[in-house]
Amino acid sequence: MSVPYLSKALGSLTSNTLKLLAGLGLILAVACGSEAPPAPASAPQGSAAPAAAAVESAPAAEESDTIKVGILHSLSGTMSISETAVHDAELLAIDEINAAGGVMGKQLEVVIEDGASDWPTFAEKARKLLQEDQVAVVFGGWTSASRKAMLPVFEANDGLLFYPVQYEGLETSPNIFYTGATTNQQIVPAVEYLLNEGKTKFYLLGSDYVFPRTSNLIINKQLEAAGLEAVGEEYTPLGHTEYSTVISKIRAADPDIVFNTLNGDSNVAFFKQLRDAGISAEDLPTISVSVAEEEITGIGADNITDHLVAWNYFQTTDTPENAKFVQAFQAKYGENRVTDDPIEAGYFGVYLWKAAVEKAGSTDVAAVKEAAKGITFAAPGGMVTIHNENQHVSKTVRIGKVRNDGQIDEIWNSGAPVSPDPYLDSYEWASGLRELAQ
Amino acid sequence: MEVWASQLFNGLSLSSILLLTALGLALSFGLMNVINLAHGEFIMIGAYTTYALQQVAAHYTGDPQSGITFLIAIPVSFIMAAAAGYLVEVSVIRFLYRRPLDTLLATWGVGLFLQQLARSIFGAPNVQVVAPAWLSGTVSVTSGLLLPMKRIFIIGLVLACLGALYLYMYRSNEGRRMRGVMQNREMASSLGVSTRRVDSFTFALGSGLAGVAGCALTLIGPIGPSLGTFYIVDAFIVVILGGLGQIPGTIMAALIIGMLNTVFEFGTTAVVGKVLVFAMVILFLQWKPAGLMRARGR
Repeated sequence: MSVPYLSKALGSLTSNTLKLLAGLGLILAVACGSEAPPAPASAPQGSAAPAAAAVESAPAAEESDTIKVGILHSLSGTMSISETAVHDAELLAIDEINAAGGVMGKQLEVVIEDGASDWPTFAEKARKLLQEDQVAVVFGGWTSASRKAMLPVFEANDGLLFYPVQYEGLETSPNIFYTGATTNQQIVPAVEYLLNEGKTKFYLLGSDYVFPRTSNLIINKQLEAAGLEAVGEEYTPLGHTEYSTVISKIRAADPDIVFNTLNGDSNVAFFKQLRDAGISAEDLPTISVSVAEEEITGIGADNITDHLVAWNYFQTTDTPENAKFVQAFQAKYGENRVTDDPIEAGYFGVYLWKAAVEKAGSTDVAAVKEAAKGITFAAPGGMVTIHNENQHVSKTVRIGKVRNDGQIDEIWNSGAPVSPDPYLDSYEWASGLRELAQ
Repeated sequence: MEVWASQLFNGLSLSSILLLTALGLALSFGLMNVINLAHGEFIMIGAYTTYALQQVAAHYTGDPQSGITFLIAIPVSFIMAAAAGYLVEVSVIRFLYRRPLDTLLATWGVGLFLQQLARSIFGAPNVQVVAPAWLSGTVSVTSGLLLPMKRIFIIGLVLACLGALYLYMYRSNEGRRMRGVMQNREMASSLGVSTRRVDSFTFALGSGLAGVAGCALTLIGPIGPSLGTFYIVDAFIVVILGGLGQIPGTIMAALIIGMLNTVFEFGTTAVVGKVLVFAMVILFLQWKPAGLMRARGR
């Protein structure tokens, strides 16, 4: 009646459970069905009809007057926390483009797939979008794991992926456009900023997977070049929710800044427990690279007030394009929705692709890639330009301080867009990183 | 010295959280042999109940930080999660007794269903519960030893749950029937105890306790659709280490795991600490497969 019994039961898992698995599949199908692609039905400009209706239509004749595009994010599972909003922003951009006459006079027809927070599913759905639906481009992905899973699929099928999230760099796939920041557009300038502010005792805290580990590798090299050494480096499993011991360790190490690369729900636990331990941003500031407006809503603004974040875009960024973007986003999805960096990167990625297609005069991947070189777009966060070789974009770096209403006040920016350098070739201290990535 | 004192408190606090999440499981898994993988989702129901109640209260009173709302949320979370547990028991689990493997799969499906349901109702992003003012802040024992109020409150809440559970199991007729069924189902049945009813009740009680845990966890952790998955594995480890059917064993296991985890994590890292604890539990179970305490007379 105890553990041996349980393991025996588990051992015979395959024999008598097929029926139940089928039932389970049914439950799952129902569960996912209820969440199925939110139909873009409530667009203010009355533009939704083509996009929404198109999803249903069968593969049209060759000479169709539409262009198929794919959206592939996690709409279910743990990552849907973040990815749903990016999916919303991409749909908004597509609706806007369709309302304004489409791309080269053709309406965009959206095919939405759910990556379900599961990396093999991302690869499988990417293959489906490219081979069955034959989409011209896919907007999608969030975690580096999902991108790494899709990468071989896009390269083998010569597809095109626009990936909207800041990441750890050290990658340039010929079939991926990276519209989020690479390290020299977020982490490296953030460390520079902190060094200029006179911070010398860095404590590195991150979730235990590729992005935080690579980021901290880079930060350690950068600190070393400045003659410093991190006073502590700690990783917690993804989904970790108990930070009292980590906070004790931070206290004992007595840093003057915590560089936070925690991801997902752990941030909520960390910031709540940091505040409960009586440590305010005044006592010990932290800087986060994976906490944006959307995450702040879940953390609770008063738990993270006055802490720092580094991004390329804030909802408060003062550009005419942003005023229009925020207004359109909230009109479509609700007054209480917020925008943030990956949402903006997902949104302008669609426009960059449109500009490249129109310049190329075709949706052919090779032609679009060639045409994309040097293309610029006035994004909500400022001017962005696609790099000639590495297919990342130049964007302005911003550091902000969280307000008690959950919005972020910019306290520093790079002045001009920073050119992407995914392998950090232009930094002497980073030599050797390129080899490391191979 | 202060570091060790505060680590001792952290260990105690972690133990209390483990125990709170495992207590309901100790009833359904330990006493009924139902491998309830949806236990985490009952925790989630408790957390969302607290959130919903606060939204409603804030709408009518305009004061989201009302401490009274939070106190009311504790029993309401219990009732909501218990009701959900009761529904699951009568609609799914009762057809699967004596088939632990099938309950495992079925409850896993129920868990996924509940997660997606929460996502549909409350949206995919995390939500926030504002902690009442009287739970914010710290109690300072010495200048370097600050104990968070919320963690003290959770320890108190666990003690209250244990007390209530003790009274129910050992001082009420309902509890006596429950223990009777656990010890010898056929005998209890032949003596006129409705085992069907006891099963539903026990499962609902276990789910209700998960709801209370969910309510308390809103104070210190994230509140989202997949919240339950963060706690379920640890809760199972506690129950298995404690020995099935043994509430005192569960308490001891929670204390041991909480303390060891805190010490190991402080000495190494969070990841290594967890690995060490799991390794020790596995080794211990090799030596004593029944866990810390063993039920007599089965």
